[in-house]
Amino acid sequence: MGKTLFDKVWDAHVVDVIENGPQILYIDKHLIHEVTSPQAFNELESRRIPVARPDKIVATADHNTPTLNQHLPLKDELSRNQLEQLTKNCAKNKITLYGLGHENNGIVHVIAPELGFTQPGMTMVCGDSHTSTHGAFGTIAFGIGTSQVAQVFASQCLLLEKPKSLRVNVNGKLAKGVLPKDVILYIISKLGTNSGTGYFCEYAGNVFEEMSMEGRMTVCNMSIEMGARGGMIAPDETTFEYVKGREFAPKGAAFDQKVAEWKTLPTDADAIFDQEYSINAEDIGPMITYGTNPGMGIKITENIPELKDASFEKSLAYMNFNKGESLIHKAINYVFIGSCTNSRIEDFRIAAAFVKGKKKAHNITAWLVPGSQKVAKQIEAEGLKAIFEMAGFTLRQPGCSACLAMNDDKIPEGEYCVSTSNRNFEGRQGQGARTILASPLVAAATAIEGRIVDITKYIN
Amino acid sequence: MEKFIQLISTAVPLETENVDTDQIIPARFLKATDKLGFGDNVFRDWRFHKDGSVNESFPLNQSIYGGSILVAGNNFGCGSSREHAAWALAGYGFKVIVSSFFADIFKGNALNNGVLPIQVSEVFLKDLLGEIQADPSLEISIDLENQYISYSNKKEAFEIDAYKKVCLINGYDDIDFLISKKDKINAFEATQ
Repeated sequence: MGKTLFDKVWDAHVVDVIENGPQILYIDKHLIHEVTSPQAFNELESRRIPVARPDKIVATADHNTPTLNQHLPLKDELSRNQLEQLTKNCAKNKITLYGLGHENNGIVHVIAPELGFTQPGMTMVCGDSHTSTHGAFGTIAFGIGTSQVAQVFASQCLLLEKPKSLRVNVNGKLAKGVLPKDVILYIISKLGTNSGTGYFCEYAGNVFEEMSMEGRMTVCNMSIEMGARGGMIAPDETTFEYVKGREFAPKGAAFDQKVAEWKTLPTDADAIFDQEYSINAEDIGPMITYGTNPGMGIKITENIPELKDASFEKSLAYMNFNKGESLIHKAINYVFIGSCTNSRIEDFRIAAAFVKGKKKAHNITAWLVPGSQKVAKQIEAEGLKAIFEMAGFTLRQPGCSACLAMNDDKIPEGEYCVSTSNRNFEGRQGQGARTILASPLVAAATAIEGRIVDITKYIN
Repeated sequence: MEKFIQLISTAVPLETENVDTDQIIPARFLKATDKLGFGDNVFRDWRFHKDGSVNESFPLNQSIYGGSILVAGNNFGCGSSREHAAWALAGYGFKVIVSSFFADIFKGNALNNGVLPIQVSEVFLKDLLGEIQADPSLEISIDLENQYISYSNKKEAFEIDAYKKVCLINGYDDIDFLISKKDKINAFEATQ
């Protein structure tokens, strides 16, 4: 029987197999940030264990950093302390840190690919569930808890049970205005938030083959929202072209040799998956969520379903929505374009193309937060910043920002926010805040209109 | 890590499904650099109203319920990988979480902190939640050695990874184990 992409990468990293137990998996790249690493460093220090491979770790500050005035000292004492701890821990253990203000700083899942750290066939981990993003390169990448961060520090390995395999095929032609975000929101809405638990997912089909790397990252990023530890897309010419020439990618003959290896990674034709789903691209439309988990999504033209279920009703009560209602024309005061899901250059190109020549609605507070310093620079270089400013928007500085509201970027209680982020959990964007997940196109249209509009009519 | 062998306790019922780790511990409490104090803020925004007053209808605030077992709805612990959720539950005093389904990362985090996630059938869960609500003094018995959970005259076996079971019973953790495999890891690195 043939092997899957996942099998090939996994099997190449198994150090040892424990009888009746887990496998020891070698980790090629470990990404860390300020929130989930301090306790792991403390653990090692208290047990007098050295960091095994500091050269395989890259650190950034992103989760609780401000998106305004990053040159000033942090006002929040606890956040400042976390950043200071990260700086100290990295210096002490000789770990590369791209701290606040550094030209390589940004959201961990945005900077690693753009700097060329993320490469096909690797194993990558980070104390962050959206590490699945890097699967876009044909990488086994997944989020871990802080105890596991400490394990990787100590041994560059993890003890894991090999997950089951799942493939989601999407074939056909996507309609105009249907973006990668819509594809993944549609998949999650159809399969459910725990359909992927225990599995590692591969996305296959012409829709993903034709997607840009940015789009593939958006899709893989949200694998965890259907419970899958990670998602992967087979590396191809699009992948190699993206990696080529990046700062930490192999160069010259070494790169060509790597490409030859990467070409052997795609799933064999006769490989069998434990679970497989197929979706027609034509069935997907621009999506929007109405509830408090990412599986509660509908096409923007559809009405909220009418289910009799206590958790469903609790969710609608929190959102202050009614069963059977349409969200079109719903007044919105907040828009967030950012997060590790949708803060890459392509996302800002889409938003800029829409807002060009239009004006932001008066009622709208919009936070446009680039994923990294490099994305911010590119936005300016491509003239997008000027387009946003002409339309009445201002860009903020990079970071996770209102995706999880650890910094000051909090949506007020009771307010709706159309957000390009990944989670619409209760209170995710601030206590009592109500999150509606959507693509950067739908978010941009909401910011111009001050309400949710039927984007399918708008663009046709 | 504290050793875990058997436990007999009353339980707190939390029927809600898809409880995500943002609810278990909201992001604004993730700014600590140690593992202490998270128990005070477990389920913070469900336990307290925005004005700081206590939400009397939330099961953790109802004095009739108590004990070191939390019995929760399907798909418990989904969302963020934050281990702070496991620290918060452990810090509050929970040693066992019972649900019909757990999210992967949470399950691993709980086990790494001596909190045992027990996956039971939907039928067993529904009955157990009903029994606790009918009689909050109901005692539930957990036998890790023999892998079963029981109350009144009902009993169900549960699964646990054999390696993780040894860790819990002996209070070991993965770091000790991985370091003991250093030679194999070095040999693997040499082939790369």
